[in-house]
Amino acid sequence: MLLKLLFRNAFRHKLRAGLTICGICVAILAFGLLRTVVSAWYAGVDASSSTRLVTRNAISLIFPLPLSYKDKIRGVEGVKIVSLGNWFGGIYIEEKNFFANFAVDSKTYLDLYPEFVIPPDQKLSFLKERKGCVVGSKLANRFGWKLGDTIVLRGTIFPGKWEFILRAIYKGRDKTIDESQFFFHWDYLNETMKKILPRRADQVGFYMIGMSSPDIAASTSKSVDSLFKNSFAETLTETEKAFQTSFIALSQTILTVIQLVSLVVIVIILAVVANTMAMSVRERMNEYAVFKTLGFGGFYLSILILGESLLITAIGCAIGIIATFPAADAFARAVGDFFPIFNISLRTLYLDMLAALIVGVVAAIFPIWRAISVPIASGLGRAG
Amino acid sequence: MAPIVEIKDLTKSYRRGNQSIIVLENISLSIEDGDFLALMGPSGSGKSTLLNLIAGLDKADSGSIKVAGIDISLLSESMLAKWRSENVGFIFQFYNLVPVLTAFENVELPLILTNLSKKERKEHVTTALNLVNLEDRVDHYPRQLSGGQQQRVAIARAVVTDPTMIVADEPTGDLDRASAEEVLRLMERLSSDIGKTIIMVTHDPRAAKKANNMKYLEKGVLANAPEASFSECL
Ligand SMILES: Nc1ncnc2c1ncn2[C@@H]1O[C@H](COP(=O)(O)OP(=O)(O)OP(=O)(O)O)[C@@H](O)[C@H]1O
Ligand SMILES: [Mg+2]
Repeated sequence: MLLKLLFRNAFRHKLRAGLTICGICVAILAFGLLRTVVSAWYAGVDASSSTRLVTRNAISLIFPLPLSYKDKIRGVEGVKIVSLGNWFGGIYIEEKNFFANFAVDSKTYLDLYPEFVIPPDQKLSFLKERKGCVVGSKLANRFGWKLGDTIVLRGTIFPGKWEFILRAIYKGRDKTIDESQFFFHWDYLNETMKKILPRRADQVGFYMIGMSSPDIAASTSKSVDSLFKNSFAETLTETEKAFQTSFIALSQTILTVIQLVSLVVIVIILAVVANTMAMSVRERMNEYAVFKTLGFGGFYLSILILGESLLITAIGCAIGIIATFPAADAFARAVGDFFPIFNISLRTLYLDMLAALIVGVVAAIFPIWRAISVPIASGLGRAG
Repeated sequence: MAPIVEIKDLTKSYRRGNQSIIVLENISLSIEDGDFLALMGPSGSGKSTLLNLIAGLDKADSGSIKVAGIDISLLSESMLAKWRSENVGFIFQFYNLVPVLTAFENVELPLILTNLSKKERKEHVTTALNLVNLEDRVDHYPRQLSGGQQQRVAIARAVVTDPTMIVADEPTGDLDRASAEEVLRLMERLSSDIGKTIIMVTHDPRAAKKANNMKYLEKGVLANAPEASFSECL
């Protein structure tokens, strides 16, 4: 019976309830999307392995390291695999078709990245083909590439038109893996550079190190860097996670702003729901006085008001969450190239619900306090 | 037999700003079990205040109110709430039904606080609604009922818990003559047939005539209705 009353109270003013629910729904939607943008940003970091280290030039990422470091790094204790690569920065037809493309030491690189799943026959034919390349399935779909296709990238860092033959398509082991990258053989890059620009041959953008255990990351990084101390190209070695984070740090301010905005959205909707509840309860002061007269205590009033507030926010939240999925899809389609991984995480959904719960409870506190504290006689005085 | 309500030296004042206004002064009053008492007096004389004190809705400054042997001025807020739900039936001038509940549900409301089963509650509600002749209006919402019908639902709500006494503050104040007549007849029957103790505040001498006892309140002091002031009030 109290439940029935609670339901009917919530929808007594259909327009008001509807608008409030609408507001919550939009707020939850906005909150969910903003959170998803943030997690998309961090997706690369989360997907990175903790057994991988990245060694780069200590001065800056844009300065290369000599190829000769490879063997020296391999000698360090705890190092299992050493791979290397360069950010190629090639452009496919137009600049707006941006995607990440790297020249890597293919064999070792694929060993380091078991999360890139490639059918064995494709892997073999990629390794055998000098101009071969491997791309993520999302990227292949985006441009309609098929195995055997020739893909031409225009170099920006490395001059010229570069021709590749698509030999393999990888899939991510799970949804957190970026399926929109492009890799080709570092040897192909280096041999070509030897011919056209010998000065820039044998230069490595970064070394990728596979360790035997994540626990030795700190000591291994230190030993690697100390190897090249006081050389003409000092190194900085950090975990892949830290490396990715330093990329992200550039956009940290934007992320902070987005997170702030998502909080502001929640605060605004809190104000809206609180206002709705305060209005409803003020109108019904006389009814609550009757309840108290009949002997219903603060417990019952709290249940009635809190329940009503939670009911409204729960409905708004549910619709908002349901709407987040198609909205995120549309969003991903619009800007997907910048966010290779754009999934609504379970965490975001929990945060949605938590936000709605907090809004529902906080919005009810003041009205409950009012309803309980108003003396019965003056509450009844509002009759008529 | 001991009186059901026994009031001794009751004083009540309200604070307005820094001055306090004495509303009730040294009131003493006994009400016998089964009495139908009409409380009259000019506006602002403190009738509602006295009724609220007797019904345990407000606290007096000094004095005692004993109802069926219990001094309610000593009860805590929450004990008082429980006491009201068991001992007092309320009838208000503006009916005060819950608009989103049907007649049936409105009458059922006070039974939520008892530990009756759903089936028992239904029996009680049906009996109460039969008593006020509204058995054909159980599923109507208050806005679908006339003022008189709403007040009858309120009466059913007041008697459904079988309280020690019923308090009514100007129950006919908002009704036309015919509806008022009907409501008064019902209250009379509650008194004569079931023997309920009723305390009714009213401005209406016709209503007061239905009662078998009358008190007159003027400027916070109680008097037995003198014929002179009674007719003045008319
Ligand atoms: N909550 C309150 N705060 C301050 N003064 C109050 C309060 N309630 C009542 N009063 C004052 O107490 C006096 C008595 O009020 P009460 O409502 O008991 O009168 P009444 O006899 O019922 O009048 P009416 O016939 O108009 O209903 C009035 O002067 C009123 O202004
Ligand atoms: Mg009054």
